[in-house]
Amino acid sequence: MASSQHFTHPRMRGWDRLTIGQKRVIWAWGFLAVPILFYAIIRFYPTFTAFYLSFTDWNLLRSPEFIGTANYQRMFADAAFWQVFRNTFAYLIWGTPISLVIAFVISYYLDRVRLMHGFIRALYFLPFLTTAAAMAWVWRWFYQPVPIGFINGMLSSIGLPQQPFLRSTSQALPAIMVTAIWAGLGFQIIIFLAGLRAIPQTYYEAARVDGLGEWAILTRITLPLLRPTTVFLVVFSSIGFLRIFDQVYNMTTNDPGGPLNSTKPLVLMIYQSAFSSYDMGYAAAQTVVLFTILLIVSLIQLYLLRRR
Amino acid sequence: MRNFLASSMLTIAAGLVVVPAQAQTVEIEYWQYIFDTRVRAMDQLIERFHEEYPDIRVRQTTFPYADYQTRIVAAHTAGQGPDVVQLFYGWLDNFVAGELIQPLSEARFPAAEIEADFFPIVGAMQRDGQYWGLPTAVRSLALFINNDLFEEAGLDPANPPQTIDELRDAAISAVKYDSAGNITSVGLTLEMGAQDHHWWREGLVRQFGGVPYDDDGNVAYDSDAGLAALEFVTNMQTEDRVGTTGFMDEGQAAFRAGMAAMTIDGTFRLGSFNSISHFNWTVAELPANDDGLRSNYASYFANAIGARAEGERREAAETFLQFLTSPEAMEVWLEVVGELPARREVAQTDKNLTDPVYGPFLAALDYAHTTRFVDEAAQRQVAIDMVNRVVLQNQSPADSLAAAAAAEQAIIDRSR
Repeated sequence: MASSQHFTHPRMRGWDRLTIGQKRVIWAWGFLAVPILFYAIIRFYPTFTAFYLSFTDWNLLRSPEFIGTANYQRMFADAAFWQVFRNTFAYLIWGTPISLVIAFVISYYLDRVRLMHGFIRALYFLPFLTTAAAMAWVWRWFYQPVPIGFINGMLSSIGLPQQPFLRSTSQALPAIMVTAIWAGLGFQIIIFLAGLRAIPQTYYEAARVDGLGEWAILTRITLPLLRPTTVFLVVFSSIGFLRIFDQVYNMTTNDPGGPLNSTKPLVLMIYQSAFSSYDMGYAAAQTVVLFTILLIVSLIQLYLLRRR
Repeated sequence: MRNFLASSMLTIAAGLVVVPAQAQTVEIEYWQYIFDTRVRAMDQLIERFHEEYPDIRVRQTTFPYADYQTRIVAAHTAGQGPDVVQLFYGWLDNFVAGELIQPLSEARFPAAEIEADFFPIVGAMQRDGQYWGLPTAVRSLALFINNDLFEEAGLDPANPPQTIDELRDAAISAVKYDSAGNITSVGLTLEMGAQDHHWWREGLVRQFGGVPYDDDGNVAYDSDAGLAALEFVTNMQTEDRVGTTGFMDEGQAAFRAGMAAMTIDGTFRLGSFNSISHFNWTVAELPANDDGLRSNYASYFANAIGARAEGERREAAETFLQFLTSPEAMEVWLEVVGELPARREVAQTDKNLTDPVYGPFLAALDYAHTTRFVDEAAQRQVAIDMVNRVVLQNQSPADSLAAAAAAEQAIIDRSR
């Protein structure tokens, strides 16, 4: 019987000899090959090309020529680059903790609200669904001077001096950061809420039976058990703030990243170098720096927040 | 079967007759960016061109302005591209270096004729004696005046400011404040990010006795004239308080809303201002200096022959370009887009010169300059920052001017 099958299906021979385990491995790799190929071609190949381009003087029109580390030397000697570097970290260092604390506080209390819980949650989530560009333009009008600026109109009506907001080198970055925090809040609240709901109620019941106060419950049970959620949100929102672009660009189109580069993040600088000055080599060098920062920040965060 | 054969033969024969006729039709591609009136004007021109030259078919391709250069370069890399393409005069060096366009043939576009018939600003399309493109229309700057606000301030819109000092005085009279001292309506819009940087470069610096760039294209405004020009602009914001940058978000919005007595803007703004219905406005020439010297900035999009056009396509492309730069095409462009004809004889007719709107813009073309930008956005940013350092950070105008000159020279040096 075995020999007759052998002759009738010669091509099946190799496949049939494999064990179930081996077949599973082949099937798994067969399916995995699709995303791996996709990533290799769409993600990794351009990434490596960017590394190469950062050592060239490519300007879109002329073919790239190798110029060594000239782009990096120019970048590190450029005061504007360091300003942009500081701005990028300002968005990260202020934006991430502030947004997470606010998101946690809101979701902590929202979790206890029963009345119109879904409606309130939807309200918080709404900004996340809105186009960043549209939101940025609305905020841009809020921040205008009188007679059209909403906030300055309110300040003036109660006799306070109007504030320059986006026209100030010191106020512009916080003014933009507020909108970015507000825009990302909905997503963070939803994730925190999911994390809070995943903590078994029995822990809380046991804690209350043992007579623990609210503060002790928060610090001993809620926060430690929320660690995976927090890790995810810290990494996710850090990357978001390091890559901030939409809000800044749309709120400062008349003077992109201004005034005097005070709001310009690295991504906007990359965009201008690449698609306004067509300085592709220089833009690639800036991209490599951004990539390195993202990598280091993510690794540090994963290390600090790892499970002990 | 015989019927079938016969009909097949007939079809083939018909095909043979038709094919040579089709072969004589040359199809060429025209590329420009999407701007409603420009696209409409070009559609009209192509229709007329088809009537005149039935053996040439022109296909118009448009794309968003932001994608302009990337599209053309990407197409070029892929071995494709337009036969006739529109480009901003300031991009010429990049387009030549990238071998995206080819020079016009001397036979069909004699340089002597171009220089005699067109305004001198088309010289910016010339490199080493060869012309690389020609504009249909050009744009210049003028002073827009809100008549109602002018009259309210006791000024006469029929008697616009003739000198830059009169301009400043008029702005001081026309600005309005609320009880807290906040500006509620500006005397003059002050936006380096809009057209003011052109006015400063080619207008004020020259009117204060300097030049913005030397003959080799190096920055030359770090001078007493440049300083006086910068102080003129910044003082209006810091001392005279006739306006602030960012008022109503941008100058043209402030003017449209009736909250700016004056604004300096280009011909391209006419389309937007023409729909203003709640106040009257007039156009005046940019004011002169005390010696009567006027200066203006003119710019244009030129049409050039794509590098890919060869043989009969090149012939057809040049025929189309000749048509696009003909008096007929310029009249259509003026009517539909509102941009000024690039040929003197078409532009400076009595009808146009006495036109209350086009007159001041046209008068400017005789004394207008074009700036040889190497990276317009980056050079504009230098001008924006120069004023911001003075206005927002209280830096001395002299220091800010020197910093701006160094920064812009660095941009120019890198492009070489």
